[in-house]
Amino acid sequence: MATRTIAGKTVQVNDEGFMTNPAEWTKEIAVELAKEEGIAELTEQHWKVIDFCRQTGLSSGKAPTLRQITTGTGLSTKDLFALFPKGPAKKVARISGLGKPEGCV
Amino acid sequence: MAEETRKIAFICSKGDLDMAYPALVMGWAALGNGIDVTIFFTFWGLDLINKHRVDHLELAPVANTSMKMSMMGIPGNLGIPNLVGVLPGMTALTTKLMKDKMKALGVPPVREYLEMLVDGGAKLYACKMSVDMMGLKKEDFIDGVEDIVTAGDFMDMTEGAQIIFI
Repeated sequence: MATRTIAGKTVQVNDEGFMTNPAEWTKEIAVELAKEEGIAELTEQHWKVIDFCRQTGLSSGKAPTLRQITTGTGLSTKDLFALFPKGPAKKVARISGLGKPEGCV
Repeated sequence: MAEETRKIAFICSKGDLDMAYPALVMGWAALGNGIDVTIFFTFWGLDLINKHRVDHLELAPVANTSMKMSMMGIPGNLGIPNLVGVLPGMTALTTKLMKDKMKALGVPPVREYLEMLVDGGAKLYACKMSVDMMGLKKEDFIDGVEDIVTAGDFMDMTEGAQIIFI
């Protein structure tokens, strides 16, 4: 298992760059990972999604799917795709320090 | 970094409930992974975007060897005999079974799924020849269908895309 240093903290990551231990995640790491995904600044709306993913991820052990995010946060699909353009599924999970979502919807 | 965005196009040619979902599920997965999605509806596939029909798609048990009774909770590999499949109400029953299973998995109905796809940036098109053949008009289609296009237009707009026929 590879490690890398993000925002001054060494964390475990897999080949695809997803963190493998959600407990190592911090908000500072999220900010850094977001930049890598082309999101310069995390707004309140972004955090709403990330917080939801963290909660779901920690309780179920899995990253939520996009539909679970929209139903859980009340955000529309359009908003979600606007907040995390070009591939929200992976981006959201990566920024939230979780693995790839396993559901199909 | 100027990597070209991957493109995928689905051709939906079937109007059965079970044949509606493959493009919807894969298209949604593609959008979630940053892939451009175009869906072309042709022949019976037009039922998926026909606003009078989209909520009434069905799954017929007749000649469908995959339709097993295990879906109804009966264990084993028993199929629904074709002779039974032709009885009145059987199509409604199998349709309901599939809709219930989908609902239990949290899969949205086709109409809602198409809205999600459009909101996520998928482009939906109706096939000109099929539209003419079935006597349909643009206003017969759900919101979000961009246009009625010819097969040639479709080829132009999907240059470089991976095409999947369903």
